[in-house]
Amino acid sequence: MTTTDTGVPPAVSAVDGERIVAPQPDEPPKRRRFSRRAGGLTPYALLVPASIVLAAIVGWPLIQLLITSMQEFGRAQVFGAPPSWVWFENYVDVLTDSTFYEVLGRSLVFAAVCVVSTMVLGTLMALLLQRLPKGFRLLLSIGMLLAWAMPPLSATIVWGWMFDTDYGIINSVLVNGFGLEEFRQHSWLIDPLSFFLVAGIIIIWGAVPFVAFTLYAGLTQVPEEVLEAAQLDGAGAFKRFRLITFPYLKPIFLITTILQIIWDLKVFTQIFALQDIGGIRALTNTLGVYIYQVSIAGGDFGTGGAIAVITAIILMTVSLYYVRQTIKEEEL
Amino acid sequence: MSATTATAPRAARAGASRDLAPRRRGARNRLSTALWSALSVVLFALFAFPVYWMVNTSFQPNNEVRGSEIHFWPDNFTLRNYATVLFDPGRTPFAPAAVNSLVVTLTTVLVALIFAFLAAIAVTRFRFKSRRGFIVMILVIQMIPGEAMIVSIFRVIDGWHLLNTLIGLTIVYVATVLPFTIWTLRGFVNGVPADLEEAAMIDGCSRAGAFWRVTFPLLAPGLVATGVFGFIQAWNEFVIALVLNARPEMMTLPVWLRTFLVANGTTNWAAIMAGSTLMAIPVVVFFLIVQGRMTSGLVSGAVKG
Repeated sequence: MTTTDTGVPPAVSAVDGERIVAPQPDEPPKRRRFSRRAGGLTPYALLVPASIVLAAIVGWPLIQLLITSMQEFGRAQVFGAPPSWVWFENYVDVLTDSTFYEVLGRSLVFAAVCVVSTMVLGTLMALLLQRLPKGFRLLLSIGMLLAWAMPPLSATIVWGWMFDTDYGIINSVLVNGFGLEEFRQHSWLIDPLSFFLVAGIIIIWGAVPFVAFTLYAGLTQVPEEVLEAAQLDGAGAFKRFRLITFPYLKPIFLITTILQIIWDLKVFTQIFALQDIGGIRALTNTLGVYIYQVSIAGGDFGTGGAIAVITAIILMTVSLYYVRQTIKEEEL
Repeated sequence: MSATTATAPRAARAGASRDLAPRRRGARNRLSTALWSALSVVLFALFAFPVYWMVNTSFQPNNEVRGSEIHFWPDNFTLRNYATVLFDPGRTPFAPAAVNSLVVTLTTVLVALIFAFLAAIAVTRFRFKSRRGFIVMILVIQMIPGEAMIVSIFRVIDGWHLLNTLIGLTIVYVATVLPFTIWTLRGFVNGVPADLEEAAMIDGCSRAGAFWRVTFPLLAPGLVATGVFGFIQAWNEFVIALVLNARPEMMTLPVWLRTFLVANGTTNWAAIMAGSTLMAIPVVVFFLIVQGRMTSGLVSGAVKG
């Protein structure tokens, strides 16, 4: 009995499957999935231009990067001397170098502080925008738009000027306005910690508007009836945000947080330009700037390549969860 | 499309809250609205001040900028800083850098939009074997830090003898802007229901014709928003240009501004602010013109449905 039972079903199901599955693609999918059709070679043809560019400028250099990171590749090799293979020596060098861990720790902490501050402030600004009467909303929007629109390099230079040791307005206001004499000729960029305070202000100032506008646009889509019903049931403002608004906005929170993490972890312009204005490079390098210092400025492409690969792996691990989430949300 | 869906609930809500608000709470609401409004003025000042300070400094004589007194208003208004930036032959000239930036940026936007548009159609309107793989690849590429790639991009471009050329820089920029552009446009194309095309086809349009006449016009706002985003990204891009186009006559504006900053030390802040202002103007103007479309565009592009 049991042997025949286990023996038969597969055969039946196979036949069944053939019968049921066969007609299916003919009828309902044609209506439902009309939009997405096979189209033969057309989709591949449409992808050709983008693929060629990405292969040439992302794919090929990526392979080159992996190769270089396993070679002894210095200035001599740039001028034509054949590079020698050292396999994982560069990686060992980097991973046993305490400077690398300093840079790494600095970047991670700095990015975490920036991302959290930006998201919290951006959310509060979005909620504020929602509460404001029209005229004030427009005013605040214009202010944020100006900050958002400033090119990062211009912004960094302006803030650098405002924090200037001798003639900067911040020192001047602190001394003359608040009588804090210790800020006379105070250098904000020499001390690494206050260097990163300034850098953080610049980055958060520029990023909050993006988050605020994006979330505000999302807030207008949250159904008002649901919020009102919750209010009648006695839910406070915070509870309403946590239980209704936040779940509605979750996809937008997700996207903006991913973008902030990526942008803040690989920050280059603001740090590099602030160093130009007055920071100590060795004490304020973040991953992006460090790669540049080692390879382009220092001429050690092999080690720089190894640092770049490690950085890319870290960044992609951090964002892996979000990539998976996005793929799930988008039902790819 | 996104504009109508965004305004409808807002209008409804405004009406509803006015009708439902109990009279007793009117005074309290007015007070809290006044407080929020006051806060918004302070925040406006915080956000706008650096921009104002840049422009303000750029119109003051440098000896006043370097004085002990702070001038909150350019009392001794001067255009000399702008003249220094634009015409002083002793420094790296501004005009070629501006032309380089314009050429590279506009070409990048145009090419990236066309390529991304084709790719977006492929991944939204067709079903094929590597569709999912391509989209995931686009997502993953966006996660690769550009600074990590800069070394090998430098060597690849050098290998093609395209260092210090506008073509080389443009190719790299197209690749930089492309993943984001494809991703965003994909969202926009998804947002236009394929039923509309189906209806047009029942009325006798060809498949391509249906797409061109029905879907494409609805995508115009999306194309504008995505194009503007690409423009800003390319215009502001700094590290790649710093590495690839270091020769003075091939510099773009950000690299020029950095050179100008280093050359003047921090002794001529007034001129540096003038240069900074000149670089920021196109981007700020662009932002102000398309801002409404941009936020709604970015959201509907980034979030499904």
